[in-house]
Amino acid sequence: MALKTEEMVLNMGPQHPSTHGVLRLELVLDGELIENVIPHIGYLHRCFEKHCEAMTYPQVIPYTDRMDYLASMYNEFGYVVAMERLMNIEVPERVQYIRVIMGEFQRIASHLVALGTYGADIGAFTPFLFCFRDREKILNLFEITCGARLLYNYMWIGGVSHDLHADFIRLANEFIKEFRPNLKELNDLLTFNQIFIDRTANVGILPAETAINYGITGPNLRASGVKWDLRRDDPYSIYDKFDFEIPIGKGEKGTTGDCWDRYYMRVREMEESLKIIEQALDQIPEGDVSSAIPKRVKPPVGQIYARVENPRGELGYFIISDGSLNPYRIKVRAPSFVNLEVLGELCKGHLVADVVAILGSIDIVLGEIDR
Amino acid sequence: MIYDWLHNITGSAIAAAIIQSLLPLFIFILPFALFAVLLERKVSGHMQDRLGPMRVGYHGILQTIADIIKLIQKEDIVAAENDRRFFDLSPILVFAGSYAAFAAIPFSGAFIGSNIDLGIVYIVAVTGLVVAGILMGGWASNNKYSLLGAMRAAAQIISYEIPTLLIVVTVIMITGTMNLFTISEWQTQYFWNWLILGGPVFGTAKILLIPLMVISFLIIFLSTLAEVNRTPFDIPEAESELVSGYHTEYSGMKFAMFFLAEYANMFAVSAIVATLFFGGFQSPIGYLGNVFGVKWLIPIEQFFWFTAKGLFFVFVQMWLRWTLPRFRVDQLMAFCWKYLIPFAFVILILVGLITVLL
Repeated sequence: MALKTEEMVLNMGPQHPSTHGVLRLELVLDGELIENVIPHIGYLHRCFEKHCEAMTYPQVIPYTDRMDYLASMYNEFGYVVAMERLMNIEVPERVQYIRVIMGEFQRIASHLVALGTYGADIGAFTPFLFCFRDREKILNLFEITCGARLLYNYMWIGGVSHDLHADFIRLANEFIKEFRPNLKELNDLLTFNQIFIDRTANVGILPAETAINYGITGPNLRASGVKWDLRRDDPYSIYDKFDFEIPIGKGEKGTTGDCWDRYYMRVREMEESLKIIEQALDQIPEGDVSSAIPKRVKPPVGQIYARVENPRGELGYFIISDGSLNPYRIKVRAPSFVNLEVLGELCKGHLVADVVAILGSIDIVLGEIDR
Repeated sequence: MIYDWLHNITGSAIAAAIIQSLLPLFIFILPFALFAVLLERKVSGHMQDRLGPMRVGYHGILQTIADIIKLIQKEDIVAAENDRRFFDLSPILVFAGSYAAFAAIPFSGAFIGSNIDLGIVYIVAVTGLVVAGILMGGWASNNKYSLLGAMRAAAQIISYEIPTLLIVVTVIMITGTMNLFTISEWQTQYFWNWLILGGPVFGTAKILLIPLMVISFLIIFLSTLAEVNRTPFDIPEAESELVSGYHTEYSGMKFAMFFLAEYANMFAVSAIVATLFFGGFQSPIGYLGNVFGVKWLIPIEQFFWFTAKGLFFVFVQMWLRWTLPRFRVDQLMAFCWKYLIPFAFVILILVGLITVLL
């Protein structure tokens, strides 16, 4: 006897504890099995790109902060790199070092949020607070540098707004010393917990080929076993001066490219970021941080595409200049937006509980998707 | 003891029995629920580098009372699409199911709500009400998340009752009684007489029983944990997936009833485990009352030991909750059917052989 069954459409979000913001997912369910996932985005749309056309070039920087609000420093980084290439500005050495230090601290802070909220998605709430405790210390470092904790407006075209605080290097070194044991604690508490591994290993497997076809970048791509990191493969700033590894997913607990790999990728990237910061703090030269900041930003007619390795992947700025004070067009290639597209592919055939695990492992920020 | 006293005062056997059955509720469980909510927040806070509630009273000791006052004042929202009758009935059933269990739990030699011979079976049966209440609430809420949560909860609770019952049967085979009071009395005085250490039997049987009883204890603790939906088995109310499962749509005092029932359940589970395996109200090291010859002190000491054992297991549950992630629903079922139930059966057979042969 065949029972008559129906598909159920379950609406997940925009107000849902684990959609990481205002993402709405339309889940087509067969019992608890996922038949299809349709993401609906746009709840956080603020017309970033259109808005920029009415702004002067330096005025765009605070708006870039508000895209990926967990990695504001890196959004600015990408924008100033693009503008400096467009205008052929030579940036002082010290500024480059400061930018790298801030950028890598931002990467750690962003990954900490990703890991903590991922733990909370899986049901372990304590790692979440441990991660936020450490992130808090990074935000304190940012605060003594530029006065802001979330949206910095710190990197300017040709320089940075303030030099490092006198105590910064000492405090940063202290933080690194405290943070390494905390990272180990996080691994003990969550990463190698058997229940956590059961929940994430072999779930949401993203093969390397699919990842490349979808244009996935960042930790998600590397977790699938593709060694692609713009810091190494398309160097910008002074990343070629530092010695660091590019970790890739090996499928240690399941299959290469599963949720556990994507999670652990971020843990290992934090370790690499710590290495970069240590080297940069050692080598940082003295100098002026504002000497190259142009009085009037008026780039020549032309266009530029510059990309940087943001904590979530390839953040690209395509800027068209018509020679005036305002950009003619700014287009952003947001990594979260591209990474989200693969969600439907990953979720098929999994359970409702896995949607949360998969979505969390992709690590999206809605501010950047909707812009 | 209490029964005789009440009988003398009221002069009616029925009135005395009713009052006695209600006593644990008012003397113990309501204050305990208030205390446990605060304890949970404090334990979680300290585990997470926080302080927990600090504002209301000294170190926040009045926080729960403030919360209750807030919940009483809240509007009781009932959506137009809810099935009103079942929606109202559900919290009552859940509340009643978890509180009724306390009537048969012996708190001390002189304090047991109702000393019935089928004690342990009664508890298992009456907590079955909770399943009905949860399913009813999930269905009547007319909310897909609630429905999913309720169905998961029903499946989970029914599955995990099997290993619980198998272990209960094992204990019954050893002790020869279903009366919880007798089971407690049987594990007399000192801790080496507790069932987890083989009970008051000696020789080969004790040595053989110890490992079996340790495993039995683990099985029954895990499966009762799952029955009351605590982490790592809190899938029915998995916050990150189902918002809060079957009680998503409830507000005000109805929500508070679910909430209090959860905390009462935590203690009920701990009490059952403590009674079956850890000597119930028996002191591990003898009584001061015996030493000084003050007989009336003994029941009070027993009450203290019982509460201490119960609270210890409540603490373990909180500890687990703030340390572990949660299972996925299919892993949860697999854990029950593939590991707990076969192990429980093996233990049942081995213990049967031991009790028959030795």
